[in-house]
Amino acid sequence: MTEARATRRTRPTKHGEPGDEAQTAGAPDVAAVEVRGVDKVFQTRDGELRALDAVDLRVAAGEFVSLIGPSGCGKSTLMRLIADLDEPTAGEIAVFGKTPARARLDQEYGIAFQQAGLLPWRTVAANVALPLELHGEASGARTARVTELLDMVGLDEFADRYPDQLSGGMQQRVAIARALAERPRLLLMDEPFGALDEMTREKMQAELVRIAAETGAAVVFVTHSIPEAVFLSDRVVVMSPRPGRIRDIIPMRLGGDAGRAERTEALREERGFFEMVTAVREALHGGAQPGTSARGLETR
Amino acid sequence: MRRRTASIWLWGLAGILLIALLWEGYKALGPTDGVVVGGARVLPRTTDLAMPHIWDMASRLAEPVTRSASAQPLWLVVALAALTTLGIAAAGWVVGLVVGVGLALVMQRWRLAEWGLLPWIVLSQTVPLIAFAPVVKSWGSRVEIGAFEWQDWMSVALIASYLAFFPIAVGALRGLQSPDRIHEELMHAYAAGYWRTLWKLRLPAAVPYLLPALRLGAANAVIGAVVAEVSTGLQGGIGRILIQFAGQASGDPAKAWGPIFGAIVLGLAAAGSVAVLGVLLRNYRRNEETA
Repeated sequence: MTEARATRRTRPTKHGEPGDEAQTAGAPDVAAVEVRGVDKVFQTRDGELRALDAVDLRVAAGEFVSLIGPSGCGKSTLMRLIADLDEPTAGEIAVFGKTPARARLDQEYGIAFQQAGLLPWRTVAANVALPLELHGEASGARTARVTELLDMVGLDEFADRYPDQLSGGMQQRVAIARALAERPRLLLMDEPFGALDEMTREKMQAELVRIAAETGAAVVFVTHSIPEAVFLSDRVVVMSPRPGRIRDIIPMRLGGDAGRAERTEALREERGFFEMVTAVREALHGGAQPGTSARGLETR
Repeated sequence: MRRRTASIWLWGLAGILLIALLWEGYKALGPTDGVVVGGARVLPRTTDLAMPHIWDMASRLAEPVTRSASAQPLWLVVALAALTTLGIAAAGWVVGLVVGVGLALVMQRWRLAEWGLLPWIVLSQTVPLIAFAPVVKSWGSRVEIGAFEWQDWMSVALIASYLAFFPIAVGALRGLQSPDRIHEELMHAYAAGYWRTLWKLRLPAAVPYLLPALRLGAANAVIGAVVAEVSTGLQGGIGRILIQFAGQASGDPAKAWGPIFGAIVLGLAAAGSVAVLGVLLRNYRRNEETA
């Protein structure tokens, strides 16, 4: 409780962030994610590695935020800190006003990684049911929820298949359904489409936009593809490596006021889309000092 | 699928036939005194005493054990003895399973336990079985707790378990450690504790490693039981008649082969039972990768 109050107290100093105005209408007053002055230092054999350096970020409830940057900029690390898979060296993180550990125990977030990470001995339906099963959901309600989720990701016909019988894209959709199983208010995704081919990837992006709009969940999305970040996000957080810092936060003004529900494939052809892609690219390369080229980035 | 099963059986049969042909071929063509190189006999004598004809061995199985009128046929005596040994080996296998999986669980949970225990587990297998079988028997004979009295067959089962637990412990440990980091992190993200992670993730993931270990354990338990029967002098099992009939081989060479065939069938039955287990657990042997 004390942490929730602390979060609220510091809020007024944060009004400069672009996401705030965009989300004020009808948004709950507790941010989905609040990151303040976070450092993360890894001890390696070659000495200390500063993965994150004085990172501040606020993700409003229902907001879609992408973290983009070259390899080693700490974008995955930041997501892992939010998920309580790792602990910050300094600074504070609050997820819906709670500590990350508390938020994890309360199942405030759903998570998806680059690999689907399905359990091979479980059917598609049983994989999606896993988190529900672990948290003691009654079997009747579980079955109903799984049907609903598989319907949402368009895999209702594959409920009884095993993961090895599915394509990579289908496996990833199962993983997303699993992440959504408990209706989390926050989705954490670490390059979930990174291993997919371009066609599948675009299809999955469109689906994710639809699903995020349907569920109203906030999303923290790690990617190294500029068009992906632009297409999906309300705001794009551009990061730079060594040490990992937030270089810029760019609000996306796509799809008009109607918001995410209006984002369709047609968007990719629009002029505004290319302008945003250019804006993100310039932010990525703009501040680059000699010798710190933005390696590992996809501009496709 | 059916055609593949049929061809597997056919190949198996062909293998047996090949051994039979080699046996009879060498017996027919080889020198009577065997092949001796530098004073050492590298190939056996081909006399009926050393190498009875296969058909003699087979027909001997159908004949009575002794010349007495009430004697049972040899195959029945061998089969009953094999069943007794199978029961003892199974008991040893179960003990080995419990101990092996138990040790693996402890070693998986605490790194320190792995460092401390694993070398001893490996070392335990270097102690020759024959050396401690009589010791186990004499210790066992002193055990008497209330109505419970240590039976001689329990010593044999214990020795069988001593051989069986080793592959099971090593296989189970590898299996329990096999889940990918992503799966472990997922369970962590679901706030699943140790026991739930064990039940939902580690044990199912261990199945593909555990099954071959269990099969090896079953084969080891049979060998352990037979050897322990011989060295503790337990009556009724196949180890005992193996020795007994071998002693009569000078007068009845084909008879000694009865228990040997019995032991082979016994080993196959033990390994086969684990294969059945594998069929029941086949869904746990899937891979995540697209086929």
